[in-house]
Amino acid sequence: MPCKRTLFSLLLSLSFVTAAPAQNYITKNGTISFYSRSTLEDIDAVNNQVVSVLNIQKGDIAFSVLVKGFLFKKALMQEHFNEDYMESDKYQKAIFKGNIADMGKVNFTKSGIYPVMVSGDLTLHGVTRKISTGGTIQVRDSKIAATSEFNIRLADYNISIPKMVEKNISPTIRLTVDCMYEPKN
Amino acid sequence: MNPKTILSISVFMLIFLSRSVGQDTTDIMKQLEKEMGKSEKEQTFYTTSTFKTTRLVSGHSVENTGKRVMDVKISHRFEKLNEGSYSLFGLDEARMRFGFDYGITDNLMAGFGRSTYQKTYDVFMKLRILRQSRGKKNMPFTLSYVPTFALRTLRVNVPGISNDFTSCASYTHQLIIGRKFSDNTSLQIMPSYVHRHLITLNTDPDDVFAIGIGGRQKLTRRISLNAEYYYQVTRHQLAGTNNLLSIGFDLETGGHVFQLHFTNSQAMNESNFIAGTSGKWGKGDILFGFNISRVFTLGKKH
Repeated sequence: MPCKRTLFSLLLSLSFVTAAPAQNYITKNGTISFYSRSTLEDIDAVNNQVVSVLNIQKGDIAFSVLVKGFLFKKALMQEHFNEDYMESDKYQKAIFKGNIADMGKVNFTKSGIYPVMVSGDLTLHGVTRKISTGGTIQVRDSKIAATSEFNIRLADYNISIPKMVEKNISPTIRLTVDCMYEPKN
Repeated sequence: MNPKTILSISVFMLIFLSRSVGQDTTDIMKQLEKEMGKSEKEQTFYTTSTFKTTRLVSGHSVENTGKRVMDVKISHRFEKLNEGSYSLFGLDEARMRFGFDYGITDNLMAGFGRSTYQKTYDVFMKLRILRQSRGKKNMPFTLSYVPTFALRTLRVNVPGISNDFTSCASYTHQLIIGRKFSDNTSLQIMPSYVHRHLITLNTDPDDVFAIGIGGRQKLTRRISLNAEYYYQVTRHQLAGTNNLLSIGFDLETGGHVFQLHFTNSQAMNESNFIAGTSGKWGKGDILFGFNISRVFTLGKKH
């Protein structure tokens, strides 16, 4: 009898594990946009093909973005962005690899919005730097939405602005991240 | 069931469980890479910035003006360097062309211009038929079609040359096949056909066929070395004309592109520089010239 009970509990634990919520959530059409406000010109662009993976157990989060996928309203801005500043043929992707520190306080079984802190390595234009910023995790049914806003300094990533266009481009760029994740089984 | 069997079952299950959990939490970077690879295959990436601007030197490059973008071009061609110091190596006088190009769609642009060379008006369009891309749609090169019409309005008093419309009009049809080989290197070939009535000799043909070849090599992020050469198929060549050869630099500074070059033709419209170049590099008939391009985005502002 005790043997049967052990077997039963083992089977029970097996069924529990398989039915447990997925650990990894992914998106392939997340949004990252940025803007630069300066005295002469406003520049903004958006990328709707952001790929991201989020592990809700460990709080690991990673993003991969094709630099060429940023769309501008002005064709010439897009050309200069790729050719002169980001060198997107050479540095094709921007990558973020990080961790959400306070993932523990997010209840994934209940809808709600939770403020979180994210930190990790951002690789842009061939330069990797540590960043940390606040964001939100929103649990909505079986989906998870993640948003964040933060600034980066172009000089930190070896992106130089020629003197001639100094007044057109802000040295600090505001980035907005908005992703809707679905469970990956 | 004896304890040994239970033990072996539970060990097996533990391994099985840990494996299935392990699979769920594999390195997210690996999964990211996998998903990114899939995503890249689902998208088409068009090659951009094959050249800095829509002209190589005098002739068209495979590049188009962006949609709703107007490109104002001012070009000068000075006199020949071999005129010497008396005329400051040709800088005393110049032929000038001003022109306006406009991107109707991303793949269709049109433009017109007026040149002091034989008081010529020209109008053209450039249609991009195929566009170099990778990803979901893979295309190794860009193909464009450029028809140009030019009208000489300079009245000439030479017996045998009429100043009526048909004699002053010329037509050029070009196909441009171009490829950006790397970030720095782009090449193109331009099969061209020129039809005109401005014939000085009875033996001169109405039709000229030429093959152009051109390219650019970037020297820095904002400076490139450009060259273009048009070879006229000999039996169709006009008497006294030479093949066009131009070598120049593109300097890009934000909204402007400055093109500085040396060429053997003063003309800035296709029918004249492909089929009517009289200068010869070997004899020092080389002249300095420049194009200035300034683009303006029209329409919706934000």
